[in-house]
Amino acid sequence: MSAPTPLPTKAAAMMKPANLQLDRNGKLKHFLAIEGLPKSVLTQILDTAETFDAARSKDEKKLQLLSGRTIANLFFEPSTRTRTTFELAAKRLSADVLNINISASSSSKGETLLDMLHNLEAMHIDMFVVRHGSSGAAHFIANNVPKHVSVLNAGDGSHEHPTQAMLDMFTIRQHKPDFPSLRVAIVGDLMHSRVARSQIHALNTLGVGELRVIAPRTLLPYDIEKLGVQVYSNLEQGIRDVDVIIMLRLQRERMHGAFIPSEQEYFKLYGLTEDRVALAKPDVIVMHPGPINRGVEMESSIADGEHSVILQQVSNGIAVRMAAMSMAMYQPEDQA
Amino acid sequence: MSKQQRIHIKGGRVIDPANNIDAVQDIWIADGKIAAIGNAPDSFTADQTINADNNIVCPGLIDLCARTREPGLEHKGNIASESRAAAMGGISTMICPPDTNPIIDSAAVVELIHHQAKTSRQTRVLTLGALTRNLDGEHISEMHTLKQAGVVGLSNANRPITNSLVQRRAFEYAATHDMTVFIRPDDPHLSMQGCAHEGAVATRLGLPSIPEAAETVAMARDLELIAQTGARVHFSQLSSARAVDMLESARNNGLNVSADVAVHQLYLSEIDIRDFDSDCNVIPPLRSQRDRDGLREGVIRGTISAICSDHQPHEPDAKQAPFADAEPGISGLDTLLTLVLRLSEEGLMSLSDAIARLTSNPASILGLPLGQLAIGNSADICIIDPNSSWFASPETFNSRGHNSPFMGWEMRGQVQQTLVNGRLVFNR
Repeated sequence: MSAPTPLPTKAAAMMKPANLQLDRNGKLKHFLAIEGLPKSVLTQILDTAETFDAARSKDEKKLQLLSGRTIANLFFEPSTRTRTTFELAAKRLSADVLNINISASSSSKGETLLDMLHNLEAMHIDMFVVRHGSSGAAHFIANNVPKHVSVLNAGDGSHEHPTQAMLDMFTIRQHKPDFPSLRVAIVGDLMHSRVARSQIHALNTLGVGELRVIAPRTLLPYDIEKLGVQVYSNLEQGIRDVDVIIMLRLQRERMHGAFIPSEQEYFKLYGLTEDRVALAKPDVIVMHPGPINRGVEMESSIADGEHSVILQQVSNGIAVRMAAMSMAMYQPEDQA
Repeated sequence: MSKQQRIHIKGGRVIDPANNIDAVQDIWIADGKIAAIGNAPDSFTADQTINADNNIVCPGLIDLCARTREPGLEHKGNIASESRAAAMGGISTMICPPDTNPIIDSAAVVELIHHQAKTSRQTRVLTLGALTRNLDGEHISEMHTLKQAGVVGLSNANRPITNSLVQRRAFEYAATHDMTVFIRPDDPHLSMQGCAHEGAVATRLGLPSIPEAAETVAMARDLELIAQTGARVHFSQLSSARAVDMLESARNNGLNVSADVAVHQLYLSEIDIRDFDSDCNVIPPLRSQRDRDGLREGVIRGTISAICSDHQPHEPDAKQAPFADAEPGISGLDTLLTLVLRLSEEGLMSLSDAIARLTSNPASILGLPLGQLAIGNSADICIIDPNSSWFASPETFNSRGHNSPFMGWEMRGQVQQTLVNGRLVFNR
């Protein structure tokens, strides 16, 4: 048999890095997904966030870490809370921030996502924070930006929302720092939730003792057990003796007959009430990524009650996003 | 038109599954037909002699599903470019599904395509007519007119007929005109907007998914309608092991049904999507490894009797998008033959059986006198150097579409010559 011709140049150029998210030294380069990141990186994000949090409570001035850098918030889906905390985080690090909201109408001009990226690159953006309705959008962008540009995923389709998961981990750690001793339950629309996928990977990577998911079969993706969770369809059984309850948001368009028959029946079966919270550990914390549908996912007295840490989650979002931004931002010495 | 060349193919290993031939023999071609095999015809003087020493000489390949993108999507490919790529891939007959623009539901469009193909003078291009008018799934097409115009079968392409009554009448009317119906079984409500197999990978990546039942539920309905109507039906591009089992028991019950599989389904599975590789976005989706093995088993047993490319060339932009937003489909003409030969290299079947899946078997599904080297048949011949190896890359692809998950693979077996109707359309 004749020897094969050498690999052509274009084929060689198709070769991919071992881990898109890490540089050759194992340092965070893009923050796209929790899956695939080592525990050390997750812990570093939490520790870094803690120092930023402490600096803020000591009323220190803006940090100069990202002074002169430009961060573009590229939001293909509407968002107030997430975009605002990313913007605040960037400004506290002294970066310049560009908010770009791309509605469906502007993408219908025929400009491809790639064209848009190349145009923005020409404006010397150092980091893209991306939210997009399609799973894998952040990966796609990370694969198509120049080496010195970093990408942060602010939610892609039903795939991941890694900064949300890390701010949840940060909040859990503030209250209950020993992950191996914890029993955690995630309740609601696991099927469509990018937050849940990131949380599952984060909790398992940090070594949580027991992880449960609770939902009717219509809201559970196929074979979710393989992600390392125990499945419950009964809320009372699922939250018994748990340390942390994470409620997920149920999108309105999924409520009326498509995945569940009605919000009333959903609340009857999966709504978090005082009686149900009493089944968990006495010091249980209740979390929700927001925005809450009061009376669907939980009753108001829980959202505003003693177990709720929902507002802490929001404020922790800033420190955690500062951590992710400062760690992923390309530094010229990274090249060494 | 110039006089047909008289060609002598010398010294090759002739593999002709239909006639159980696997031996070193010479072939003589005159007037576009096979004049003799083994012994030279009296007083034959060749205009051209092709030395096929150490090469395989087999019937030209028949690809049951290949889109040229003409008419309608010429920025992706056209009849000239794709029939050229087919010829270079050893394919002498390619079958185009009807979802062109305009749709193949009138004699005019059939004639347009056949005319373009004749002008291109490459691989023979045949067409399937639309099963329903404008592929609307509501009104059966003018099947008799389409047949007169030259379509070799009927199909609703990737637009499944949801109304069971329409499907039944389409089967009945096709049976009236003795036409084969090609169906890719799909329940569009179950596969709704999905882009990946409902399994561990889609769960991990949060991709909209297509359950196995999208294929099997549709197939179960159609098998019942076939039993009732007696239609002759060919199932295209099966993707699940369960569908293969269903087909096998239907055949055991005497139903007149056949099936093919797209060759990429025999080598890839959902795992190959890795981190959103949009070249693996294909419909039907790459399923589990168990499905891939079940499909292979179906090919080995002959339940799946043909292998096609399901060729869908794209311009680069079509794949430059997040996975679910990329256009589905794989450019397959360039890799069809080599991947089928690999089945034999892996020891799954004899070389002759592998070649049959690309020649005599698709010919009998079509009911056409092609795919074998019988004397008097059209001289459609493919000559292969089985030992030559090459890398799949944009440089080695001849199709306009470079959208292939096989890029970078080392391939074995390379086409040296392709003849269609006794004419040398490709000579390396």
